[in-house]
Amino acid sequence: MARKLRTRKHRVVLNRSAGGDAGISAFLIIVGLFMFLPMLYAILQSLKPLDELWVFPPKFWVEDPTLGNFVDLFRLMNTSWVPFSRYIFNTVLISVAGTFGNLVLASMAAYVLSKMTFPGRSLMFNLIVKSLMFHSTVGAISSFLIMSRLHFVDTYWAVIIPSWGSTLGLYLMKQFMDSSVSDAVLESARLDGASEFRCFYSIAMPMVKPAWLTMIVYSFQGLWNAGASIYIYSEELKTFNYAIGQILAGGIVRAGAGAASAVVMMIVPILVFVISQSNIIETMSSSGMKD
Amino acid sequence: MSNNNSVKTPEAEAEAVQKPVKKKAVSRKDMSKLAWTLKEMKRNYVAYIMVAPFYIIFLLFTIIPVVLSFVLSFTSFNMLEWPKWIGMDNYTRLFLDDDIFILACQNTLIFASITGPISYLLSFVVAWFINELPPKVRAFVTLIFYAPSISGSVYMIWQVAFSGDSYGYVNGMLLKLELITDPIQWFQNENYVMPLCIVVALWTSLGTAFLSFIAGLQIVDRSLYEAGAVDGIKNRWQELWYVTLPYMKPQLMFGAILSITGSFGFGGIVTALCGFPSVNYKAHTITHHLDDYGGMRYEIGYASAIATILFAIMIGANVLVQKILSKVGQ
Repeated sequence: MARKLRTRKHRVVLNRSAGGDAGISAFLIIVGLFMFLPMLYAILQSLKPLDELWVFPPKFWVEDPTLGNFVDLFRLMNTSWVPFSRYIFNTVLISVAGTFGNLVLASMAAYVLSKMTFPGRSLMFNLIVKSLMFHSTVGAISSFLIMSRLHFVDTYWAVIIPSWGSTLGLYLMKQFMDSSVSDAVLESARLDGASEFRCFYSIAMPMVKPAWLTMIVYSFQGLWNAGASIYIYSEELKTFNYAIGQILAGGIVRAGAGAASAVVMMIVPILVFVISQSNIIETMSSSGMKD
Repeated sequence: MSNNNSVKTPEAEAEAVQKPVKKKAVSRKDMSKLAWTLKEMKRNYVAYIMVAPFYIIFLLFTIIPVVLSFVLSFTSFNMLEWPKWIGMDNYTRLFLDDDIFILACQNTLIFASITGPISYLLSFVVAWFINELPPKVRAFVTLIFYAPSISGSVYMIWQVAFSGDSYGYVNGMLLKLELITDPIQWFQNENYVMPLCIVVALWTSLGTAFLSFIAGLQIVDRSLYEAGAVDGIKNRWQELWYVTLPYMKPQLMFGAILSITGSFGFGGIVTALCGFPSVNYKAHTITHHLDDYGGMRYEIGYASAIATILFAIMIGANVLVQKILSKVGQ
């Protein structure tokens, strides 16, 4: 049986058939449309003037695109009871404080778990891996009891402090350090009298920049999309995402502004991902779980 | 004889050299295990200091809540009075007296057993298919598939498209084509609510596992494919099974954990799309039941029992799938 050998730009591709390629392309196009069309629809909705939003039969494409919905959105923001800038401030404060704390604490812990040997190390890491296996809703009620004991309820701390202990970023950072920070370099630094903290700060950290960026992106995405926390009641402590939800709940009159707000909410994480994609993929290459 | 001697002599010499060295280096044998551990802990005290800030927060807000839920699940507790120990009563009530809980269990299992495997397979298959595209195209395609999972509440667009009046896109099309005569209340209809939620959940499910697979496929050693072709691998499916999958196993394990955890955590999307409670509890999951008793009725003991069961199901599903995955490529 003749084996097909075809060249695709600089390299030989083995074991490929034209029929398989066609099938795969068809599959990718179908799934791709399923993923992309709703996103496109969300964007088109935000550009439609009100009379196009309420036309029968409804149209997919926009005929007379306008930025009026975005103008409406900003007008609505100014009429809200709590100044809208306050919601944005809250989201930025929570995102920055949470991300920064998570980066510092989790990468320090990742260094220790990856590069130092001490009793209890594997137990500690196994517990972190186990924590990836259940969803945080399981502990939500008990967390509330703990937070009220600590007087965190209805303060920024209720969102910020738990985010410092989020484990996915630590896991990715630890796996990345395992494979890309060489033990020999650390060993020679230790012989030269460098403290462990110095090894972490001046040797390991500069070598794992992609993992930092990944951790920042993950932490930021989680906090940016944080809606109404069950631990916060005060209106002036609530987030941008929550306020957007309130606008959406306004119903028919606000359909245009609602569509605009959805676009505003999705642009930020998507831009962040576009900028950081190659670093994230590099970090993910060591994300595998060894038995 | 001479042969034997020449073999033995170096061995004996090596032993003679090694013995004293061994005794000096391994002082561990002189102490009990506990004493050795304590000594090592003392020597590495810096490690504990550096890991402590993260670990204390992690324990406090992730591990202790689970343990606390487990303990509280044997009590009756309303947040005002001190918890009262009632043994297994919460669990017997859940399984014998609470029909909605049984319904929630069924819905959760249906939901998770469809979204979990499909999102996992979809993540892998798409990652595998786009692996051979040129890097720039691949980056763009990755963005298209990944974007819905990071775009916050954009999934609400499904509610706009499947809106219950004739201005919803889907109803509008069906009316125009005269397939239906009255608009369908998609998210309020017993027959459609569950499948629709599953579709939306799948739409947002190409997340971290997907990125992990893309990266994992990139680092598979090229020469393995060539060696495989020489060894008689005939098509891409054989190549996948015999070369790619075994090499990717660590990523497959990691992705499975994220997919399983994700498939049990879609409660928020369901509530946002169909309200709470969903029509005739048709999309009521364990997470909703937990919110109902914990967040609204303040029956903390009962809610803790629900949380403990949900925890056991998640861990059980993970252990099971890890067992299955360890057989891949064998």
